[in-house]
Amino acid sequence: MREGRDMLKVKSRKKLSEKVAPLQKCSIKVRVNEKDYEAIVEPRLLLVHFLRDVLGLTGTHIGCETSNCGACTVILNGKSVKSCTMFAVQANGSDILTIEGLAKNGKLDPIQEAFWEHHALQCGYCTPGMILSAYALLSRNKNPTEEEIRIGISGNLCRCTGYQNIVKAISSAAEKMRR
Amino acid sequence: MGKDLYMIPKSFEYCAPTNLKEALSLMAKLKEDAKILAGGHSLIPMMKLRVLSPRIIVDINKIKELSYIKVKGKNIHVGALTRHHEIESSDIINKYLPILSDAAKVIGDPQVRNMGTIGGSLAHADPAADYPPITLALNATIKAKSLRGERKIMASKFFLDIFTTTLKPTELLTEVIFPLPSGKSGGAFAKFERKAGDFATVSAAVQIALDERERVKSVGIGLGAAGPKPIKATKAERLMVKKKVDDNLIEKVAERAKEEAEPISDLRGSAEYKKEMIAVYVKRALKKALERAKAM
Ligand SMILES: Cc1cc2nc3c(=O)[nH]c(=O)nc-3n(C[C@H](O)[C@H](O)[C@H](O)COP(=O)(O)OP(=O)(O)OC[C@H]3O[C@@H](n4cnc5c(N)ncnc54)[C@H](O)[C@@H]3O)c2cc1C
Ligand code: FES
Ligand code: FES
Repeated sequence: MREGRDMLKVKSRKKLSEKVAPLQKCSIKVRVNEKDYEAIVEPRLLLVHFLRDVLGLTGTHIGCETSNCGACTVILNGKSVKSCTMFAVQANGSDILTIEGLAKNGKLDPIQEAFWEHHALQCGYCTPGMILSAYALLSRNKNPTEEEIRIGISGNLCRCTGYQNIVKAISSAAEKMRR
Repeated sequence: MGKDLYMIPKSFEYCAPTNLKEALSLMAKLKEDAKILAGGHSLIPMMKLRVLSPRIIVDINKIKELSYIKVKGKNIHVGALTRHHEIESSDIINKYLPILSDAAKVIGDPQVRNMGTIGGSLAHADPAADYPPITLALNATIKAKSLRGERKIMASKFFLDIFTTTLKPTELLTEVIFPLPSGKSGGAFAKFERKAGDFATVSAAVQIALDERERVKSVGIGLGAAGPKPIKATKAERLMVKKKVDDNLIEKVAERAKEEAEPISDLRGSAEYKKEMIAVYVKRALKKALERAKAM
């Protein structure tokens, strides 16, 4: 209770809430694939729609739009997140990596290469999200077991491959990256 | 996908306070008009389906002081904004409360665990969620703050009904306090899911402490997806006190817990089936908890 009373004493209380007054439009700054962007967005705009429709980065796919399939996975400040389950305003000030930012100077990332070599995609719809989940896994675990790989991609559904080749590709990418 | 098919929540106003005082002032002012946004992994799906359409969103993700795991005296304090992934990978939790890491590891999938928070999960009070039965098994205390002061709520008094807790619209859940297990004690969480990442069909959480002669000193049993709110199987608990645990007793406790459960039939199974599974999962959690207690 004491703490509560102290709070009541805060003189600038009204000012405080003005500083963070609710807004109908928000200005955001994000860094996507090492490029800075600024935009004014409606708070209800989902991050995936911001990436696809505002920035034109359509490599991030929308599979289910209900937080289940992982096709919309991007890397936000180093962590994999489902961009359909986050508002663009929440990403204000963040560093985002989408599938478009993975290849460097025209050279595929080792994970992309491994997906190609191991035939880890058929229709390719799940692939951007799958690769970014693999990227998140390999950035904190350089030598994952098969089980760890399967857990790592458990938030990503693939309706074509049956996962076998995806697991093989991630394992082989890990090996390549360790060399 | 055509834009006309997008799932878009209703318009709302947004604010993101950077400290607790700002957040509480906003909540005091906005009352029912505002909804807290933590990990967003229950709220945003509901807003997309327009089950919920808050007028104002108060995003608490910028309040860094709400994210921590620390041992203080005889308790472990976990800040409301602590993500499932942080709990899953915390050395403190793995060492003292493996029951909680058991759960954090199987909540949704890696992406869900990167965003979802313990405070959000408890405040949301989904009957099938994984943390609520654990707070019951551990006799946790939930701390809520408003501009007017703070309240400490026993987990057993916190959950009122399906998706309903004792939190008021002006109150922010700030912390979960778990008593630090001591002596020969251990806990485990067992979850039955149809597929990786699914919500529980049923789940059971058991925390047990043994005396020097390996008789039960205290025990907490929580059941998930077993009713409109998480259930504390107090009758089953009572069967165990001061007893030595053998297969016969485990059988009896599981049967009693099953009687205390009141699951409903849904797409994950019929009520009868779930009851049977509750007995099975109580047994599994109990055996694992016992094993961990004896290893201490
Ligand atoms: C695909 C998927 C799978 C999932 N699987 C599981 C699972 O297996 N097991 C499981 O337990 N959960 C599961 N969840 C739910 C997940 O754990 C959510 O993260 C959690 O239920 C809500 O936490 P949040 O931080 O995301 O809260 P939010 O969605 O931000 O908020 C949820 C509700 O709580 C309120 N709230 C949030 N924080 C506070 C606070 N500090 N004080 C007061 N009110 C607050 C909000 O206003 C809102 O009403 C899953 C979710 C998804 C999308
Ligand atoms: S589109 Fe985001 S999880 Fe399916
Ligand atoms: S390759 Fe078609 S969904 Fe995965």
